[in-house]
Amino acid sequence: MRYLVRRVGFLVIALWAALTLNFFIPRLMPGNPAESVIAQYHGRLGPGALKAIEAELGIGGHQNIIAAYFQYLGNSLSGHFGISTYYFPTPVVTVISRALPWSLGLVGISTVLGFLAGTALGAIAAWRRGRVFDNVLPPVFVIISAFPYFWVGLILIWLFSLTLNWLPTLGGYTETATPTLTWGFVGDILWHSVLPAFTILITAIGGWILTMRNNMITVVAEDYVKMARAKGLRSRRILWQYAGRNALLPNLTGFAMSLGFVISGAILVEYVFNYPGVGFLLLLAVNNEDYPLMQALFLLITVAVLIAIFVSDIATALLDPRTRNNR
Amino acid sequence: MNPARRLGRALFVAWVFLRRDKKAMVGVIILFILLVISAFPSWFTPDDPAAYAYTPGIGLSWAHPLGTTSFGQDVFSQLMAGTRQSVMIALVVGFFCTVLSVAIGITAAYSGGIVDDSLSLFTDVVLVIPTFPLVIVIAAYLKGASFWTVAFVLVITGWSYGARQLRVQALSLRNRDYLLAARARGEASWYVICVELIPPMTSLIVANFLGAALYAIIAASGLQFVGLANVNTEAWGTMLYWAQNNEAFSAGLPLWALAPGIMIAIFGSALALLNYAFDEVSNPALRPVVATRKNKKRAVA
Repeated sequence: MRYLVRRVGFLVIALWAALTLNFFIPRLMPGNPAESVIAQYHGRLGPGALKAIEAELGIGGHQNIIAAYFQYLGNSLSGHFGISTYYFPTPVVTVISRALPWSLGLVGISTVLGFLAGTALGAIAAWRRGRVFDNVLPPVFVIISAFPYFWVGLILIWLFSLTLNWLPTLGGYTETATPTLTWGFVGDILWHSVLPAFTILITAIGGWILTMRNNMITVVAEDYVKMARAKGLRSRRILWQYAGRNALLPNLTGFAMSLGFVISGAILVEYVFNYPGVGFLLLLAVNNEDYPLMQALFLLITVAVLIAIFVSDIATALLDPRTRNNR
Repeated sequence: MNPARRLGRALFVAWVFLRRDKKAMVGVIILFILLVISAFPSWFTPDDPAAYAYTPGIGLSWAHPLGTTSFGQDVFSQLMAGTRQSVMIALVVGFFCTVLSVAIGITAAYSGGIVDDSLSLFTDVVLVIPTFPLVIVIAAYLKGASFWTVAFVLVITGWSYGARQLRVQALSLRNRDYLLAARARGEASWYVICVELIPPMTSLIVANFLGAALYAIIAASGLQFVGLANVNTEAWGTMLYWAQNNEAFSAGLPLWALAPGIMIAIFGSALALLNYAFDEVSNPALRPVVATRKNKKRAVA
């Protein structure tokens, strides 16, 4: 119970820190971004609405920064993120909700696949310590995980779409097609997701292989694994049900964090492929100086990561009683 | 042991380690070559990297080993000239991240109590705020951020992971007898920390430096690639930006986009290989086992 209270406390503090950061960053920057937002609204909003936004952004003279800060906290907590300046007059929330499914689908599936495959390969590598599989695999993936992943995407596009012409270069679906719920369109989406998904997969898998292998090497030396061997259990059973399970625990937090990052999309991969997800939207917002959209996206990404970490802390505590006493 | 002998011994250990560990050796050699190139770029640039003076858009040739860009710049010379900024950002960010990590992590562990609680909380909060989106948001407001601005942003977002790791290790060392003895002798805190506490943590500190440097080169190149840093400087990431914006692949100039990425990958791999090797130093359980007969038997069993 104490553990739970501490974790909730941390969640609240981290959330507050993120909100505060989000509020103060634009105000600390040169060139007053708030005024550029107002300038973009000019002529498109009535004077009353303009006044309201000025008050919200804390400019126009009358409001002091502390009052603006509390108003901002209230707005954020009740889900009011304002209107996008680029996609005017669509509210920021609507713009984001259009991009969200794309990131969830593409990055979500490839993250889970990468975690599963990497964990399995890492466990097997540790199990076959010092043999070919273990000597080749980890160094190879150490090197691959150091590649800039957006560049891996560029190479895949060059090889498989420009040179071989097998797969589409850009976008989430064929632009001329109308989005409907037919097999043909779903197939089209999957077809477009092959290259970006593969990019995420091969650059993410290395980290999982290494951490799992290292955890596993520690766990295999434990007494209960020796006992399982002494009992004459099958090798496969010891690998997955005795050692694997326990070696997996420290990785859960990392996995939860990466699930949190699913919301943000693989920013640069989405950029390279012009994939219509949240990460691409963030960079578009940056390029179009759509600050309300950008700030809301940053907040959304942070909240997603915080919640993912919170859930993983609770899950780890439920699965592994040792952690409950530790902190 | 006096500090000079200590240093001598550390260098000797490092040498023995490099001779035995091929991964680390490869990493050190690559780093050395890149450092030489960044120190004396003009030795390696056959043509003027800044000139828009050559026949645009040609492929491999004797005059231009990696061809030229659509603007008529020599790709090889640009690559060599870009080495300095790309290597520097990694080293600078790695260095300052490590200094912050050591200062915060060790202060927290050594002081304990409320200092530890508040520093740990601060570290954890910074750790969970998504780094790259934050870097993008800050860079967006700064518009064409300079080298030092990018370095600053990467340092303030990149130190927390190391601080957390170092704190954990310092905590485990804190109550060892030799540290308690040093305190009982009445040594000053800075002496205990610098002379007794930090040396045993060297391999973890080095690993942290390498990790932070790797993060810096990837993140900085990413920022340059999307055009959020100053794209008119010479760096591998900015080369990728210009190559991408001029559709180097479709224009039949794949080397323009491939070469800078390969350089980032080579540099990153060198850091990652060294990091991997240092992991094995700080955690002996991870060191490679020689596949002796006995081990093979055990693995089969």
